[in-house]
Amino acid sequence: MKKYFSFFRLRFSMGLQYRAAALAGIATQAFWGGLEILMFRAFYRADPLAFPMSLESTSAYIWLQQAFLALFMGWVMENEIFASIQSGNIVYELCRPIGLYRMLFVRSLAYRLSRAVLRCFPILLMAAFLPSPYGIALPPSPAAGMLFLLGMVLGLFVTVAFTMLIYSLTFFTISPAGIRMVALSALEILSGSILPIPFFPKGLQGVLEILPFAAMQNVPLRIYSGDISGNEAIRALSLQAFWLVVLVGTGVILMSRASKKVTLQGG
Amino acid sequence: MGGLRLYKRYFLIQVKSAMQYKTSFLLTTIGQFLTSFNVFLGIYFMFQRFHAVEGFTYSEVLLCFSITLMEFSLAEAFFRGFDTFSGIISNGEFDRIMVRPRNEILQVLGSRIELTRIGRFLQAAVLFVYGIMKSHVLWSWDKAVTVLFMLIGGTAVFSGLFLIYAAICFFTLEGLEFMNILTDGAREYGKYPISIYGKRVLQFCTFVIPYALIQYYPICYILEKNSSWWYPFLPLLAILFLIPCLCLWKFGVHHYKSTGSY
Amino acid sequence: MIEVQHLCKTFYVARRGAGFGQALHSLFHKDYEEIRALDDVSFSIQEGEMVGYIGPNGAGKSSTIKILSGILVPDGGSCIINGRVPWQDRISHVREIGVVFGQRTQLWWDVPVMDSYELLRDIYGVPEAIYQENLEELTDLLNLSELLKTPVRQLSLGQRMRCEIAASLLHNPRILFLDEPTIGLDAVSKLAVRKFILRRNQLHHTTVILTTHDMQDIEALTKRIILIGKGKILLDGTLDDIPGSHGNMEQAMADLYRNYGI
Repeated sequence: MKKYFSFFRLRFSMGLQYRAAALAGIATQAFWGGLEILMFRAFYRADPLAFPMSLESTSAYIWLQQAFLALFMGWVMENEIFASIQSGNIVYELCRPIGLYRMLFVRSLAYRLSRAVLRCFPILLMAAFLPSPYGIALPPSPAAGMLFLLGMVLGLFVTVAFTMLIYSLTFFTISPAGIRMVALSALEILSGSILPIPFFPKGLQGVLEILPFAAMQNVPLRIYSGDISGNEAIRALSLQAFWLVVLVGTGVILMSRASKKVTLQGG
Repeated sequence: MGGLRLYKRYFLIQVKSAMQYKTSFLLTTIGQFLTSFNVFLGIYFMFQRFHAVEGFTYSEVLLCFSITLMEFSLAEAFFRGFDTFSGIISNGEFDRIMVRPRNEILQVLGSRIELTRIGRFLQAAVLFVYGIMKSHVLWSWDKAVTVLFMLIGGTAVFSGLFLIYAAICFFTLEGLEFMNILTDGAREYGKYPISIYGKRVLQFCTFVIPYALIQYYPICYILEKNSSWWYPFLPLLAILFLIPCLCLWKFGVHHYKSTGSY
Repeated sequence: MIEVQHLCKTFYVARRGAGFGQALHSLFHKDYEEIRALDDVSFSIQEGEMVGYIGPNGAGKSSTIKILSGILVPDGGSCIINGRVPWQDRISHVREIGVVFGQRTQLWWDVPVMDSYELLRDIYGVPEAIYQENLEELTDLLNLSELLKTPVRQLSLGQRMRCEIAASLLHNPRILFLDEPTIGLDAVSKLAVRKFILRRNQLHHTTVILTTHDMQDIEALTKRIILIGKGKILLDGTLDDIPGSHGNMEQAMADLYRNYGI
């Protein structure tokens, strides 16, 4: 366990190095969050009855999404890893006394957390000071707060587990860029990062909510804003756990096949 | 030999290079098509629920979105060298450019022409046609010319932004992400007419960075929400934006010459 | 023809320590280190001379080359090449120089060598007749006829370096800067490159300035060497001025560096 922790620390402090990048990220995300909310406001004004969430929940959803962008966005993947898989250099990682899947998983976690940790507080702080329908308030109850945290952890793990599938598929295909693009586009729209899932048409919503993509940012963000609560929240969290197990399981199998393939063929 | 002829030579080499990897070219082009498709889906689903926003209907928003996307993808295809300028600086390619007896900008433009952006452009064109068919705009030559002006002015404004981005690369290679606000952000949020974001955003986009001149005002003219004779010419006015961008670029080159790639 | 006097150049580089604490520290505060890349450097080089410019990594070699080729402006001192100040008159200056960066390519990766050459012809505006003449001579001396139709990515390193050198000479420069031209080459290619450089110098009286870590390059090509360390010229003379230069050359250089404390 210790080796994973020190590996995590190394990767984490590497991520912290980029001060200017973090500042730029904060500015960008604050800006995007603001515009996004202004856009929803325009639609809200056009027809408040057709609006599926309250404007407050929508704002909270958007600010959390911007604050924790690095945790849940599909494209937060390391080109370095793709390059080393494609060139076959990943084979050197197999020489270390550490499982490839676990190592890449820990590495991805550290990468995402280090990027998010610098950026989230200023954005949340700023959003907390914004006037009511546009800012972010505390979660409705302490219990909701706890469920939110649990949902965040699960959501992050599900996201990483999904990107692990993309990494493992890179071993098997000649055009990893194609797979990556399709998988990430799907993730983007289906996870609710372009439009929160409640904004989708009714029939589609039911389908989306059971897919693994909804087990990423959708659950914690909507728990926080009070859009999901009670039994519904428990069910959503269980579904997250279910998808985590499924995705990790598939990932481990794929990755072990992949590393066999690499060691047999030399990349 | 004229700059244009040299650019043509660069262009031909780029086409030839791209054709070396036909499959990859095709896949990336399709990918380009797909990624902006998500943005369209976002609009589509919103209008399943709402009928209009700030007085703009679905088909009107589509026209606005598709024209903005065309502007952006044109700029991105031909000014890709500036878009990826951090790479050109960090791998020393700019040193190579400096030891050649030609204008730096021309060489940077020639060194990267991203033909796969045709994927994005195609999608924009399809959406444009779709928008035209759905909308009730009565087309006339002045409206067609307005669209043309929008494409010219829009490409210029986006290219100017890429130029600013590149100029900043001379000073730092870190923290360039914030430029995404101005480039990708404009593409992303330019899907709706700028007025929906409120008065202040519209003012900013009129007087600071002239997005509204290449989007909101001419669109209003086309949709007959405003018939002032000078609205169609606003996109051409936006071309003036290139002047400060060029100054910043010159300043950047000057800085580069005194610090090198340190 | 090259007259360099009292050149000085200082860079400021951000420093960053290792470890977690340092990473946090650098979030809020940056330390800058002053690097005197060139400290009162003077020398002059005659037309047709071949000079080895040597020194350990980070001694100031590439800063000098950048100043001589007009990419970098020094903080102080003067430099006149063919009656021009390189950084003030960049475009006319670079018409007369050729630069080979051993570690980077100036050829287009995915197209046949010939296409890159034609692009270079257009960049430098070489008249067709002169271009053909130069190309023929270079093809002949460097044995390129088989290679010209091959895409660059399919060439071996040695073949690529030959094409690279020819690319830098298509416009008949009076001065040729070679930055580690034999790095990574096998024995046969090294010999071929050296032989060609000598030949070029004899035929066209081209001035050659060579930076390298390969002492055999120096032995084979240049009578004169300029040794630079920590931004200062330490030695300007011939190989015989280096103690022990008739024995093991690598050893002699290592001893020399140690003696100067560089």
